[in-house]
Amino acid sequence: MSHATEQADAPAILQEVNPAVKPRAVMVGHNRSFTWITDKICGIAEEKTPTWWWVCFAMASFVASFTVGGIIYLVSTGVGVWGHRSPVNWAWDIVNFVFWIGIGHAGTLISAILCLLRQKWRTSINRSAEAMTIFAVVCAGIFPVFHIGRVWYAWFLFPLANSNEIWQNYRSPLEWDVFAVSTYGTVSVLFWYVGMIPDLATMRDRFAAAGKMIKARLYGIFAMGWRGSSRHWSNYEMAYLILAGISTPLVLSVHTIVSFDFAVSLLPGWHTTIFPPYFVAGAIFSGFGMVLTLVLPLRAVYKLEDLVTQYHIDCMCKVILATGTMVGYAYAMEFFIAWYSSNPYESFAFINRAFGPYWWAYFIMVSCNVVTPQFFWFKSVRENTMLVWILALFVNVGMWFERFVIIGTSLARDFLPTSWGYYSPSVVEIFTFFGTFGVFSVLFLLFVRFLPIMAIAELKAVTPQADPHAHNTGGGHG
Amino acid sequence: MAERPYGLIAAFDSTGELMHAAELVRDAGYRKWDCITPFPVHGIDKSMGLARSRVPRISLVGGITGFCTGMSMIWYMDRFDYPISVGGKPFFSPLFAFPVSYELTILFTAFATIGGMFFLNGLPMHYHPVLNYENIRRATDDRFFIVIERADPRFDPANTRALLEKAGGKEIVEISS
Repeated sequence: MSHATEQADAPAILQEVNPAVKPRAVMVGHNRSFTWITDKICGIAEEKTPTWWWVCFAMASFVASFTVGGIIYLVSTGVGVWGHRSPVNWAWDIVNFVFWIGIGHAGTLISAILCLLRQKWRTSINRSAEAMTIFAVVCAGIFPVFHIGRVWYAWFLFPLANSNEIWQNYRSPLEWDVFAVSTYGTVSVLFWYVGMIPDLATMRDRFAAAGKMIKARLYGIFAMGWRGSSRHWSNYEMAYLILAGISTPLVLSVHTIVSFDFAVSLLPGWHTTIFPPYFVAGAIFSGFGMVLTLVLPLRAVYKLEDLVTQYHIDCMCKVILATGTMVGYAYAMEFFIAWYSSNPYESFAFINRAFGPYWWAYFIMVSCNVVTPQFFWFKSVRENTMLVWILALFVNVGMWFERFVIIGTSLARDFLPTSWGYYSPSVVEIFTFFGTFGVFSVLFLLFVRFLPIMAIAELKAVTPQADPHAHNTGGGHG
Repeated sequence: MAERPYGLIAAFDSTGELMHAAELVRDAGYRKWDCITPFPVHGIDKSMGLARSRVPRISLVGGITGFCTGMSMIWYMDRFDYPISVGGKPFFSPLFAFPVSYELTILFTAFATIGGMFFLNGLPMHYHPVLNYENIRRATDDRFFIVIERADPRFDPANTRALLEKAGGKEIVEISS
């Protein structure tokens, strides 16, 4: 070996490079066992319904009744009960639609994109985030469907033969939206359900062992007779990976198409190529805000600190910081392009956004979306759960105002100053929107009560003892 | 009518033991056997000698079907069956037909993937002999099992039991069919 002779006057080059060992993030705290995870998650759905649940459920149902009331009034009276009048014929309904759809996107991001990127921290939050997606899509769907006015004709949106023998206009981005959102809703439900099958089997077996045969049957039907066969797992994991692979372009395309509703029009302030990426970043931003809003109380109530660790919260805060900063960049770039394009209408639209009659909405938007996430640079902020939760609420508020600013300001200042107007929502609109938070909460509370709120099988798979080569030393070699 | 057992089942406490045992069973040449685990064990496919899953082929067929459905549907409706001029735009162009076809590609792929997974796994199957074993419920909790079917040509009650014992299997019992 020539190494030995070279060693005496060897240049300052290391014989071997030893990269610094970065400690692996702990996904499940306190080195919990498989049984502990099963007991913890299943116990939530098995225990006697806690009092706080009934209190929250009653409150959520009360709030949801506002949506029901608002919709009944609208259907029985006419769509004029909303505050739309020329030039703003489209405001809160589309604002609320985009707001709710955007919230849903973080669920898909967590379940699909982070799955492809092999981010193990997704496992403890993906189930609840996917549930959030589905319920958010339900809330989003209410607005465009009822804005039709004669809601019993909603099926005209779909390519079904009708008595007029006229087909849908596929040149319109609104028709693209119909397909994007319905595909998104369907695929989200499928993804959620497939992910839940092994956990439903776990619950089936636990109910059967406890002698509760009716529940065991019920969960068993949905568990499809899953028995944990490795031959099944092989196909299952492949199917899950493909679903993650197709959900990734899906989630990006859905909000791109939502942004096409505006970008394909010719209105100043809407007709910009930055819209698709800007909307997608905003959607992920708002969605993570909502995930934190939901997961942090769940974590506190059910003492899930070992499953949703500080590391998880850190990751989510950093995603909010990154996407919030991207959104801030988009705001600045819109202004720059408005000036750079030398288009007077475009420049006017943006100056009007910031200093026009809706300046207050613009101010709320910027302070919530650009300033709020900057606090997440600080570790001490990310470690203060209460503060994180409050900041996440600001993110939700800010993203609602972003959509309002984009939609309201461009429409209220038409090309002709004689048709300028100022849009204010009617009471019916406010009630309908307020109620959707109740609808969402009712669905989410039912989910928490009856279904495994975390992916039990996936959580077990990221524990150190799941690694066949670790020999239970507590650390894998990856 | 004598009850014919379905096969032998052995329990294991850790993924490491299971992997080792699976390799032994694979090398002994068994074909009709299975591992039962509470979560997908990383690398078990290789230890069991399983081929790559065929789900992606079904997904691909679904995706191609979806894209073609979208394009041909829009062509049929807006160009062939009832053309209406809207803003002087062409009656059909693959460009404006693309977003809808793209979404349908994803929708059909999702259905094909999930349908294919259920088909290849033979699910739903609410009765299976393995579920007769009273301790099998721990397979959805914290325990790992290997089942060797009686239908396997190499199955021999004494030899197979010996193999599972050698592999470190605990509580080796027969399960009824």
